Amino acid sequence: MAEPVHASPAHDEHHHEQSFWRKYIFSTDHKVIGVQYSVTGLAFLFFGFVLMMLMRWNLAYPNEPIPLIGSLLGDNRAPGGIMLPDFYNELGAMHGTIMVFLGVVPLAVGGFGNFVMPLQLGAPDMAFPRINMISYWCLFMGGVTMFASFFLPNGAAGNGWTSYSPLADIALNGQTAWLIGMIFLITSSLLGAINFITTAIQLRAPGMTWMRLPFFCWAQIVTAFLLLLAFPPLEAAGVLQLMDRVANTSFFIPEGLVVGGEVLDRSGGGSPLLWQHLFWFLAHPEVYVLILPAMGIVAEVIANNSRKPLWGYRSMVYSLIFLGFMSFIVWAHHMFITGMGSVMSTFFQTTTMIISIPSVIILSALFISLWGGSIRYNTPMLFALGFLPMFGIGGLTGLPLGLSAADIPLHDTYYVIGHFHYVVAPGTLFALFAGVYYWFPKVTGRKMNEFLGKLHFWPSLVFMNGVFFPMMIQGLNGVSRRLADGGISYDFAGEVAGLNRMMSVSAWCLALAQIPFIINFFMSIRNGEKAGRNPWNSTTVEWLAPSPAPHGNFDQPIEVVRGPYEYSVPGSDKDYVPQAEPAST
Amino acid sequence: MEIPYTVEAHPETGLNNGKIGIWLFLTSEVMLFGALFATFIMLRIGSDGNWAAMQAEAELNIPLATVNTAVLIASSLTMVMAWASLMRGQLGRFKLFGWLTVGCGGIFLVIKYFEYTAKFEHHHYPESSTFLAIYFAMTGLHALHVIGGMAWNAYFTGPGSKVFHTNRQWLTDRVEHSGLFWHFVDLVWIFLFPVFYLL
Repeated sequence: MAEPVHASPAHDEHHHEQSFWRKYIFSTDHKVIGVQYSVTGLAFLFFGFVLMMLMRWNLAYPNEPIPLIGSLLGDNRAPGGIMLPDFYNELGAMHGTIMVFLGVVPLAVGGFGNFVMPLQLGAPDMAFPRINMISYWCLFMGGVTMFASFFLPNGAAGNGWTSYSPLADIALNGQTAWLIGMIFLITSSLLGAINFITTAIQLRAPGMTWMRLPFFCWAQIVTAFLLLLAFPPLEAAGVLQLMDRVANTSFFIPEGLVVGGEVLDRSGGGSPLLWQHLFWFLAHPEVYVLILPAMGIVAEVIANNSRKPLWGYRSMVYSLIFLGFMSFIVWAHHMFITGMGSVMSTFFQTTTMIISIPSVIILSALFISLWGGSIRYNTPMLFALGFLPMFGIGGLTGLPLGLSAADIPLHDTYYVIGHFHYVVAPGTLFALFAGVYYWFPKVTGRKMNEFLGKLHFWPSLVFMNGVFFPMMIQGLNGVSRRLADGGISYDFAGEVAGLNRMMSVSAWCLALAQIPFIINFFMSIRNGEKAGRNPWNSTTVEWLAPSPAPHGNFDQPIEVVRGPYEYSVPGSDKDYVPQAEPAST
Repeated sequence: MEIPYTVEAHPETGLNNGKIGIWLFLTSEVMLFGALFATFIMLRIGSDGNWAAMQAEAELNIPLATVNTAVLIASSLTMVMAWASLMRGQLGRFKLFGWLTVGCGGIFLVIKYFEYTAKFEHHHYPESSTFLAIYFAMTGLHALHVIGGMAWNAYFTGPGSKVFHTNRQWLTDRVEHSGLFWHFVDLVWIFLFPVFYLL
């Protein structure tokens, strides 16, 4: 590709050497902040995974000492290496919290959104670089608070990632630390969301009209609106629960609550259901916060590697916006078994059926995009292709849960765990891996190793299914999802309890399958194959910047002249026409 | 490196970045207080008719709250005057009205302090009833917003006003944005006052 370099003189005047701290730690450059977010997110994903591997030991081998590290956990967590049920609860609650709020959101939104979106828009940076920095450090503080809560005298929060009241109001564990950590994380997301939306509105390059935005940017914009509008109610709920814990109020505590055989000494009059409403008003849009950026990444990778325009780009964008809107009015489908009444259930199951339509449109459009393409099976593409059926399974298994009659028997079983893990683990996580492999050359100037990439993908695909598919079988047999011993104490689990060992071994093998990724990640930073500006022959604007891109991003003026996915244009001399290159006719 | 449209307006949207940012922030604030008002409604509906009794027992001071409402509305007026003075390039008048705004916020907080301590003297604590719990939660959060707004205004009226001589438009915009926030805080009180004291 010809790379015209018209360095504008005005640009270099502002370029001056910065100290190490300003350049890498307290940086205001969206790319550095994006990398900070990504590294933090990946580290917490790994940490959350370790928590889960511990839980899987107790599920597969209940009441047996944990090998190797069991003795290190301490007598208040695992005396003699045998995990206490309370510690299992801590691990469960913190696994959920960390994976969602400190793993996927920082990586998908903070990491990819920060790094890629301004580049794709043709912007020099985010609209508010300092707020961007503050946003990252709020996340960091939240992460430290959550991590440190494990070392509190009574351990970390153990009331589920949903922290249902009144249990979470009166529990003696680290729930207070959890709430304080959440307030940091919410503040971080709010500041980030304001920044993302303002950047998308104000800083698009000349000619970058709304319908020329790459689908990834659309996904980030809708996600930012979800964060902006859904997180404050959880912040309010968090403050109220904090008051319940430290000021003895009764927002979520009903009158005459009996704890340990005695009536709790509180004024009462509160509503436990209120917490659930406030929590799920956030947490359902949060589901889409987890999945929309993943869809955005997959759309970019699929268009690039099938060498075809996305099929139905406009339909996908409108579906995305509709999905974002609808996600605010489906929250109570998480609450069918609370007895909130059939009128409410009817309303929410109707909206839930409606919201499945735009998801199906997007997924179908991605599948049809593959039709007739000359597909390149590189590592990002493999992960993107893996995403499609995995997310499909996750989505389709969700339909029975959206209908209250089917949800009632399934709700407290492993079926639910299987369903949403299919959406976020082999779904979102595969998309995030696709993104890491795809944009790695833009971050470092070097490509990741293809062989190690494939060695990462294929075992991951197998073991992901090995972990999560048996959950569906167990769930349909009625195995409760809240038992520390995996259900062996219940007769009905008998014939499917053995699957626990298969799932646990799969989970540990899944950990081994990540080793090629970790080696690849660190080796490729220095030793990877050198990549030019546009190693994937892509059309979107971020590939016009140098790799790695300097502070200020572009060394040439960007003027966008066409849509984002002009691949294989008939009559063109190459199979891609970049968005911001004058037409060569 | 300069970020475009920090001062000058974007030709298509007609707004600068800060204005969009502050409006988005206020949207999220609406959701924050909206959730708390929803909580208020849920608690009131779920109180089995005890709400009026709880409210009577709390003995909220309506005259003091009325004075506070007047003080906050007056501060919104001085806020606009401060901004308008900057638009006309009158630094002295801007500082006068700016400090008046901060001062009104201060008066509001002092009155609020007397209200709170009177409640505590009568052993009315957040734990006493759900009415008092939501009262302290919402007015307390509102008071934090007042403190935030005062700090913001005090900065631009005091040390931040030096920018007047180098980049007047920048200062005017920032005061406009802090004004938008201040009006929002005022507006929240306009809802809180009838909801807790009068209804």
